[in-house]
Amino acid sequence: MIRFAPPSSSSARRGGPPAGWWRGLARHAAPDPCPPLRQPPPIGAAAPRCLHSEVFARADEASGAALALMLANLATPGDTRPWLWVQDKAAIRRAGRPCRAGLPAPLRHRLIHVAADTPADALFALEEAVRCRDLAFVIGELAGNPAALDFTASRRLSLAAERHGVPLWLVRLDARHDLGSARMRWDVAAAPGVPPRWNRDAPGDPRWRADLFRAHHVQPGQWILGDDGYGAGAATADHGGVVSDAGARSLAARAAAG
Amino acid sequence: MAAWFPTLALDRWRRGQPPADPPDQPLVLVGETAHGPRITAASAPAQAAGARAGMLLADARALAPGLVVHPADPAADRAMLERLALWAQRWGPHSALDPPDGVIVDVAGVAHLFGGEAALMADARAACAGLGLAVRVSIAPTAGAAWALAHHGPPGASMAAADDPLVALRDLPVAALRLDAAVLLLLDRLGLKRIGDLATIDRAALVRRFRDRRNPAANPLLRLDQLAGRVPEPILPVVATPTPLVQRRLLEPVRHRELLDRVLGDLAAALVRRLEALGQGARRIELALWRVDGDVVVRRIELAAPSRDPAHILRLLAHRIDGCDAGFGFELARLSAPWAEPLALTQADLDAAAEDHGTSLAGCIDRLRVRLGAAAVAMPVPHASHVPERAQRWVAPDLTLATQDELAFRARPLKLLDRAEAIAVIHQAPDGLPRLFRWRGAVHEITRAEGPERIAPEWWREKGSARLHDYYRIEDSSGRRYWIYRRGIAGDGRGGAPEWFLQGLCA
Repeated sequence: MIRFAPPSSSSARRGGPPAGWWRGLARHAAPDPCPPLRQPPPIGAAAPRCLHSEVFARADEASGAALALMLANLATPGDTRPWLWVQDKAAIRRAGRPCRAGLPAPLRHRLIHVAADTPADALFALEEAVRCRDLAFVIGELAGNPAALDFTASRRLSLAAERHGVPLWLVRLDARHDLGSARMRWDVAAAPGVPPRWNRDAPGDPRWRADLFRAHHVQPGQWILGDDGYGAGAATADHGGVVSDAGARSLAARAAAG
Repeated sequence: MAAWFPTLALDRWRRGQPPADPPDQPLVLVGETAHGPRITAASAPAQAAGARAGMLLADARALAPGLVVHPADPAADRAMLERLALWAQRWGPHSALDPPDGVIVDVAGVAHLFGGEAALMADARAACAGLGLAVRVSIAPTAGAAWALAHHGPPGASMAAADDPLVALRDLPVAALRLDAAVLLLLDRLGLKRIGDLATIDRAALVRRFRDRRNPAANPLLRLDQLAGRVPEPILPVVATPTPLVQRRLLEPVRHRELLDRVLGDLAAALVRRLEALGQGARRIELALWRVDGDVVVRRIELAAPSRDPAHILRLLAHRIDGCDAGFGFELARLSAPWAEPLALTQADLDAAAEDHGTSLAGCIDRLRVRLGAAAVAMPVPHASHVPERAQRWVAPDLTLATQDELAFRARPLKLLDRAEAIAVIHQAPDGLPRLFRWRGAVHEITRAEGPERIAPEWWREKGSARLHDYYRIEDSSGRRYWIYRRGIAGDGRGGAPEWFLQGLCA
């Protein structure tokens, strides 16, 4: 079951510029004909067919991998094929290895982990993985902005994923928003969890502040996504709780600044 | 038909020697033991002089100073027995080893091809004599009866199918039942010396006496039933499995990679043809390249699933021969598949189909392993330990592996750091959860926590001074969730103040 809640305020995003900073840049553009929409996040059943996504996150929290896992789990319901998790050495050092007991239950026994030494090796592993017809999905985790991951490498991954139909989520730890050909690019940070019902002092089910800052086919926006119990089969979108900032479509401005 | 080679080791040794040696020298073969050389086989002259198998060589030398001593080679004896078992298939479709010095051949319904059972045994005796092997053969309706006759019956004995084995063999000693020495000793003490003696005892009494013996070699009743053919006794036939091997001797030594690739392509295609003829796929492939200047380059690859795809094999080999030293050139290349598994013939993948449908999981894992190393591709399996970092192990990917998860009483983090990192803490109370902690240069304020979950060290593995861990699941003011622990408690007498570590990142 997935819950959505409005973000407290977009300026609360840690480390980001204040809300509305880009409006000035977009001032001379034609006024947006649509008023701000309340739209569901493009995940689960509402997700467009997108086979290559990037998730930017900090290395000192597991939000990136957790969001990628939740999206992957929602995108491949009922799939029993194995899945691959590729990490390079820097990502393992900074963010750790997967812990089997902490993985979502339906994914736990199907994980194949690849520990690559260099980003180039990790990219090779990712490309081989998305060419494999027996994999449900592929998750890659790369730290920083390695030289090997340029626009050409990103484009190769996109083409391979789309040709063979294996979805790929690439988690970028502590990385700048560099050029990339991913169809959906998320920026994610941890948000305070839902307090559990029986122990108000305990950390609850995880929630993340997810910012879809670049997407084909869907409108970008910001949501607070949550996941309880991990095994969520279908997303029941509670449209009322979702706030989308339709103005956040100004991709050119953000890409230029990022 | 059972064939027994009573002096197999000696005969094998003599076959390897020039025939000039006088045949009646007191020859013994010795094996090394912890107490010195011990005789494993003694020839008839040596036995006449007092040497016995099982004796220490020093004792035998005291009895017979003129012994001719040579080292025994049990592995070669075993290999010879395996070759003999295959060779014995000239008399029947199946043959089995009867270690250490016997062979059992299934000759049911084939005796008439040789002119009767007596003629068949005579043929076998003549053939073995031609090889220089002493042999005792006998034919009986069951393998156990044939063995008993060959080892303990009169020479050249055979038993007709109509005879009752228990009646025909009643005068043989109980040792003919293929029993352990301990059971033989027990029967000897009970006064049961012949097979006929056992038949006089009530069957229920034998069942009661040997009720907890499951091994046939320890249960005389089971052996009697096998002898009489009342219970089945499957024999494990030997089958020759030739290793698929192809080689090319090159006219001119090859020094360049393009030429070598072409040679490898030819070899791979030839090997694949050979595997196809056998209906097998290679699991391990060995490439050996002989250099002109007397050196060999050997490369091995292993495949995750049996494969017969020359392009796949070539791609894996190409990674492996990068950077090998050709010296003055290679003059001989050999490709073999020492480990092959059955693989049915299928429609070969057309190029376009492979491009469209992607690779198989086994092919993908092979490619990743060849480039990244075998240890880089792994899957986690649960391990019986309550220490979190030992509760999972990384093994080679095998999706058929059945695993059982432990009951999830406690939440675990999504990721574990390879080494828990020390954090500096500021306490609110002297001995409790900290209010603030500093990790990787950033200060985190704990707003919610759950714990402690106390996990004691595994005393059977670690030193007595190991301290217990108190784990807390926490969330900081900006919502980041971690798994931290305190090592030790104040006043546990195992070191100074407790230290805090961060071990896991929660989702």
